[in-house]
Amino acid sequence: MSTIEEQGTSLWQDAWIKLSKNYLALFGLAIIVLLCVVSVLTPWIAPYGYEEQNLLLGATSPSAQHWLGTDIFGRDMLTRIMYGGRVSLTVGFIATAVALVIGVLWGAIAGFVGGRVDAVMMRIVDIMYALPFMIFIVLLMVVFGRNILLLFGAIGAVEWLTMARIVRGQVMALRKQEFVEAAHSLGLSQWTIIRRHIIPNTLGPVIVYTTLTIPSVMLLEAFLSFLGLGIQPPQSSWGLLINYGVETMEEFPWLLIFPGVTLSLTLFALNFLGDGLRDALDPRTSKD
Amino acid sequence: MLRFVFYRLLQAIPVLLIVISLTFMLVHSAPGGPFSADKAVPPEVIKALEAQYNLDQPLWQQYISYLGDVLKGDFGPSFKYPGRDVTELIAAGLPATAELAFYAMLVALVIGVSAGVAAAMRPNTAQDYIPMSAAMIGICMPSFLLGPLLVLVFGIYLEWLPVSGWDDMPGDKILPAITLGTGYAAYIARLSRGGMLEVLSQDYIRTARAKGLSEPLIIAKHALRGGLIPVIAFLGPAFAGLLGGSFVVETIFQIPGLGRFYVQAAFNRDYTMILGTTVFFSTLIIVFNLLSDMLAIWLNPKLRQQTRGES
Repeated sequence: MSTIEEQGTSLWQDAWIKLSKNYLALFGLAIIVLLCVVSVLTPWIAPYGYEEQNLLLGATSPSAQHWLGTDIFGRDMLTRIMYGGRVSLTVGFIATAVALVIGVLWGAIAGFVGGRVDAVMMRIVDIMYALPFMIFIVLLMVVFGRNILLLFGAIGAVEWLTMARIVRGQVMALRKQEFVEAAHSLGLSQWTIIRRHIIPNTLGPVIVYTTLTIPSVMLLEAFLSFLGLGIQPPQSSWGLLINYGVETMEEFPWLLIFPGVTLSLTLFALNFLGDGLRDALDPRTSKD
Repeated sequence: MLRFVFYRLLQAIPVLLIVISLTFMLVHSAPGGPFSADKAVPPEVIKALEAQYNLDQPLWQQYISYLGDVLKGDFGPSFKYPGRDVTELIAAGLPATAELAFYAMLVALVIGVSAGVAAAMRPNTAQDYIPMSAAMIGICMPSFLLGPLLVLVFGIYLEWLPVSGWDDMPGDKILPAITLGTGYAAYIARLSRGGMLEVLSQDYIRTARAKGLSEPLIIAKHALRGGLIPVIAFLGPAFAGLLGGSFVVETIFQIPGLGRFYVQAAFNRDYTMILGTTVFFSTLIIVFNLLSDMLAIWLNPKLRQQTRGES
């Protein structure tokens, strides 16, 4: 951060001030932090063991022993949701990271090199946009088995396209800015310009879009798991828990409602945080 | 415009070729053939079956003949349902899916546009916050959660509407359409709010106001046309999303549509069916993307001139 002190500080400070006034975004941030902490600590703080069954108990509604009730095998629902959240969040973060790396590299190279390389690279992105990706992911999962690593890759491979477009647009616009030209004429090396001017200035939109990609990735995972094409038992995720919940919702509605609320609340939090960051990091809104 | 359509159609050909080739390769590289069933089938039977479906030929030969068949609109026989063509199965599933998608789109457009326009007319007031918060809930409430919850409340507890089926009982299309449409209503609400806000700050709207036109008339005559361009551009991708959403909604409500066929084909490893539906879906998506782009250009004079100047 020290290298960008001069240009960057005001923008980031400004952003933080704006974000801290946005209570919805702060609430979202708090929920995400809480979820991450709980997920990391789950093996130690979960009230019951992951495999612990109690067939005699069966499905019970929420009680003092089991805050969120138990499922038909007498497994504690809170424990199941906590362990499921580990998988859902991991998929969300790792698949987004895959998309982030591919997208940023692709977009940055296209934007920097420009010319024919740029045209070809963006043509490829256009073509991929036109592909029915939902169908391809289903296809991949069917053909290569329902493997969690493949899931990361498949989802990441879908979600990088928009990131590439955003980064390319940003880089193209920045290259023509006067302050980059000024840096050139001052004799700064290409790499210094990239490090000092281009990267800090593309960071904002990248952070915003990353935050907004995580919920859509988690949604995709839940969608696939719900159809039985994503996470496979004995592993569990929120989408899979919702799938089980639907099967028994008539008798035991809490088995659907609790994982559903958890998933929705997480998506909410991430979307609010993303929207808040977008408003905060957009210098154009600073006048309001 | 004609040239634009021509170029876009020309672009569609390589895209479709890529789709067909990729799907074909993926499906044929899958471990475990379609006939590696649970029951032990005598090898000579498998041989006969493979010969019947041309699986004994080299891969490139299968590929070429498949391409030729697809051009004629023939997706080959289904592996799972002997004696039935994939084309036939697609034709059987399409009406239900198309109807569902149509109603869902209707729900999405009516709710989405009215909420978005209402919000844009009074930004940063309750009239803005309430529909926009509702839209956020709609985005964060996936169809596979919303659907079962609606069934639980309106089908099981209140017993107002049938819980599943299609064309069996009056009103059995309401819940599926709402389930599928809600998420898109939410997106459309956000897009139309953004689009309208931008248009409403333009000079020509100020002129219209200065002329003394009433606010509803300004919205209807001047603002909607420009403000809804983002929504129109979204319709193409939304359509692709609707197809994906139909997988879930048709499974939940047991609707005999393409989406459910596809999921079943995926589970059954019905390779020709997967191949055929993928190609079919891709073609549909490309056509709808083209249509929504054409509509957006036709509505936006600036873009209209651009396409004329460029091509």
